Amino acid sequence: MADNFYGEVLTDHNLHPQHKHELDCATCSQHGVNPSCGDDIVLNLEVRNGIIENGSFTGSGCAISQASADIMLDLIIGKTPEEAEHYKELFMKMISGGITDEELEELEEASALQSISKMPARVKCAALGWRTLETLLNFKEVKNEDINKG
Amino acid sequence: MMNKELLSKQNFPVFDAYPGLAYLDNSATQQKPRQVIEAVNRYYCEENANPLRGLYELSVKATDAYEGARTAVKGFIGAKSEKEIIFTRNASESLNLIAYSWGRENIKADDEILVAVSEHHSDLLPWQILAKQKGAVIRYLECSQSGEYTAQALRKALTPKTKLFAVAQISNVFGRLNPIKEFTDICHENKTVIVCDGAQSVPHIPVDVQELGVDFLAFSAHKMLGPMGMGVLYGKEELLEKMPPFLSGGEMIEYVTREGATYAELPHKFEAGTVNAGGAVGLKAAIDYINELGFEAIERREDELTKLAFEGMKKIPYVNIIGADDPHDHHGILTFTIEGVHPHDIAAVFDSENIAIRAGHHCAQPLHQFLGVQSTARMSLAFYNDEKDIERFVSVLGSVRRKMGYGG
Repeated sequence: MADNFYGEVLTDHNLHPQHKHELDCATCSQHGVNPSCGDDIVLNLEVRNGIIENGSFTGSGCAISQASADIMLDLIIGKTPEEAEHYKELFMKMISGGITDEELEELEEASALQSISKMPARVKCAALGWRTLETLLNFKEVKNEDINKG
Repeated sequence: MMNKELLSKQNFPVFDAYPGLAYLDNSATQQKPRQVIEAVNRYYCEENANPLRGLYELSVKATDAYEGARTAVKGFIGAKSEKEIIFTRNASESLNLIAYSWGRENIKADDEILVAVSEHHSDLLPWQILAKQKGAVIRYLECSQSGEYTAQALRKALTPKTKLFAVAQISNVFGRLNPIKEFTDICHENKTVIVCDGAQSVPHIPVDVQELGVDFLAFSAHKMLGPMGMGVLYGKEELLEKMPPFLSGGEMIEYVTREGATYAELPHKFEAGTVNAGGAVGLKAAIDYINELGFEAIERREDELTKLAFEGMKKIPYVNIIGADDPHDHHGILTFTIEGVHPHDIAAVFDSENIAIRAGHHCAQPLHQFLGVQSTARMSLAFYNDEKDIERFVSVLGSVRRKMGYGG
């Protein structure tokens, strides 16, 4: 049985997402799905001169998948791909239940999803945005060369 | 035991372990009464040996237990003979058996297989694969938005090339009862074989295969109080007789040489390897339980609870029930959406209140595409649920939108 983990942070990001829109200036986009539950997003980033200048997502899915993607974008916009990778690792650590208090603080609002670690069935919902980000950036490449197609 | 006791949750030990659980996912699998668990236990404690094999007393006992279950199934669905009852792992395996064995012999290039659009993936994928292998064509029988299929639509959909029609007696999404007897008559006029998925009907209404006239019927023990890993395929003897074996191995042969084999008689031709005797015994105990209770009592109780849930749901704004507008047409299955809330979030809110419901596409993705929704939530009840379960369900349903951050 789960505690009610639908706190205000989560429901607010789900109902009023800041980053859920198209992104015309995107330099790269990536589709991510959870086939078993139908969560389906497209993540768009504008990466210029080694900085994630802007980002957005579109799609549909449960509150956890949508809110988590929105919170993720709050965290990574304005950061370097390396910093984004670091957040991704912290987030994955958090939802698998092995994070320290200091690390949790770094995740800011994303820490509201910590209780997902007790809901194995929902971990993939929370992770969808982050896994899509991982695929999109293919971190090693981005670190070495600028993506500047747009 | 009195009917009232048989209807009670108290016979189901899982509720001793989870006393506060409102279990409303019965279409996925039902809980098991003590009588079934004890029968399986007794088999392994007192009668276990490899059935159909050993020439000693215990093996004879095991064989009797296993074959006794077959006789019970025969009586339960009104088959003509034990030869028409094949034991499988579940309804999915039963349907696959038909596709592989009957299908490979009888489906040819350009033949058509007609499938009801609301079918469970188990009654769709075997036909899709078969059609691909044979160069045959899959066509769909469409239903109304509320899940109704008409005889007229079936007549129109059948062509001289339609070799098989696959349809559930009760859809696992709509809960609506399809007029199978009428469909059978129409199919047979067209020389089309009819396969009926009884997974959601056999546990809830009396099913008589001779009355329905269907060529094949598939169902699972675990959806009708019985153990998992046990399923049934009913087939008309004249069809089964001509079909090649599905799996090969021990117990399905008559005589084997270096070059080949002759196969065992029905039904053992289709039961390769060591069988699930414990499962068969459990299935028989489940049938005994249902027979003692009687379908009249089961239907009355489930209808009563469905009505209570349906009426409660209707009063809540933003809740949309999929299917018929009459609770009597739902047979304990109420699939729904809540405006603005994803079904997985709905199920999670229910889980936080110790109520088990299902969310997703219920293994019926083509149907969800047809309905224009990605996924739905579903509550499905059984006779051992009670008014309190339903009242809690309705009350939590009314709180979902607020918990998801909607005002008012």
